[in-house]
Amino acid sequence: MADPAGSATVTVLRSLRAYGLIVRMWTRAALAYPASFWMTTFGNMAASVMDFVVIAVIFLHTGALGGWTLPQVAFLYGTSGITLGLADLLVGSMDQLGVRVRDGSIDTVLVRPVPALAQLAADRFALRRLGRVVQSGAVLGWSLAHLGLAWTPEKLLVMVSLVLCGTVIFGAVFVGGSAFQFFVADAAEVQNSFTYGGATMLQYPPTVFAKDIVRGTVYGVPLAFVNWLPALYVLGRSDPLGLPGWFRFAAPLAALACVAAAGLLWRAGIRSYRSTGS
Amino acid sequence: MYAAVCARSFRRYATYRAATWARVVTNTAFGFIIAYTYQALWQVRPHLGGYDLSAALTYVWIGQAMFAFIAVGGQGALDDLQNRITNGDVAVDLFRPVDLQGWWLSVDLGRAGYQLFANGLVPMLTGALCFHLRLPQGGAVQEAGVWAAFALSLALAAVVSFALRYLVALTAFWLLDVRGVQLVYYLFCSFFGGFFLPITLFPPLLEGLAGVLPFVAVFQVPADLFLQRYDAPGALAALGVQLAWAVVLLGAGRLVQGRAVLKVVVQGG
Repeated sequence: MADPAGSATVTVLRSLRAYGLIVRMWTRAALAYPASFWMTTFGNMAASVMDFVVIAVIFLHTGALGGWTLPQVAFLYGTSGITLGLADLLVGSMDQLGVRVRDGSIDTVLVRPVPALAQLAADRFALRRLGRVVQSGAVLGWSLAHLGLAWTPEKLLVMVSLVLCGTVIFGAVFVGGSAFQFFVADAAEVQNSFTYGGATMLQYPPTVFAKDIVRGTVYGVPLAFVNWLPALYVLGRSDPLGLPGWFRFAAPLAALACVAAAGLLWRAGIRSYRSTGS
Repeated sequence: MYAAVCARSFRRYATYRAATWARVVTNTAFGFIIAYTYQALWQVRPHLGGYDLSAALTYVWIGQAMFAFIAVGGQGALDDLQNRITNGDVAVDLFRPVDLQGWWLSVDLGRAGYQLFANGLVPMLTGALCFHLRLPQGGAVQEAGVWAAFALSLALAAVVSFALRYLVALTAFWLLDVRGVQLVYYLFCSFFGGFFLPITLFPPLLEGLAGVLPFVAVFQVPADLFLQRYDAPGALAALGVQLAWAVVLLGAGRLVQGRAVLKVVVQGG
């Protein structure tokens, strides 16, 4: 390895290329049955609408929840749904890793001359998951129309960074959670508490939750950087925890830290894997 | 024999310890999230829908404790039946000298019993430690009565939930891919069963609709019995409604099964 940086770049490029090819294959396969594809896409949409119906029913009884109004909560709902939806679309299939460890099909993945991470992330790529993204996007659009925000270039930048970094943070949680299944193959459900549970939590204002729980999402699994902290800036609200002001802009740092942690977990997982050899 | 099937099914689910713990963690985590949102809502509107704060929080944790028991999020043991219908193995089952519905009811009750024990206790105790929950009140006799009614109601809820999921599974005879039906079932059962929010919080039209659908018999009725929202005759009537739904839905399952079996014979001939 004369040039480790160069070889790392080659690996990344090869991974992306393989990912793209596998994604195209699964998408073509799904679109071969268009009726089924559209039905499952709308089904996904309907399933995520239910979360918002619950929020709507809550707001039938109150004008504010934890001091936040309906358009403000809809902002949290929309951004949480879009980022989780995109991460689920890009790498969500990885939660099947435990099944593959149990039935041994992971061996096939590991002997192929393509990085395992790219293969598993693209495995059974499901375009229908866009259903959640589209529905959350609609709610976010409704929210922005009713918030009457005074847009500045800074706010626009924070919005773009929110969607990108939020997706990366959720994606890292998917990868890290999957790597955990190398150690405990049956524990796919634990990952759900962080991904789907986390996304449900981020739909509600941080003021609803106990301060220690919110601290956990800042310093523990940093989900607060997905939308809570950037939302404080975009919506011009004060911080219930009294964190340093720059935390509202620190989502890219949190995303980087998440990617690094997920990468380490993934390598540890792959190294610890012992095939049954049968 | 059905008792033996039930016991084996209990043991089968007890084998997957890591999966059980993973689910307990998830149920507890969701319990916290929902409990905090309820708390925020009930602080603004105490006694909303006829529940005080501690009743509302108890409602949340009963829901988390029953989530796996009534298999709202999946098909429970009927996943296997569904697969056997899709790949044709069900033809072998029909040769066997046992009743198909009775067999799967035993399998699913074994699963439900295990889930109530494994996934019910830990979330409930965690909830009781962290929040002020409401236990049955009003003297030893009355408390014993509530617990007995609750236990009976849980058993009926398990049967109604089975009967509904059996109908969902049987649609595989016609549709082969039942994921769509399953999703619709999940949405209806969790929303109209009062799983997301008590149905008394719904707008009047939706509340009326929920009241005449069978899904309340799966969750809202047992929870309300535990929270003593019925007087003695009311409690008996509520149990009667659950029993009626169990009979009607099991009957519907038999009817559909009869039609479905004919279809198998035609295909196999």
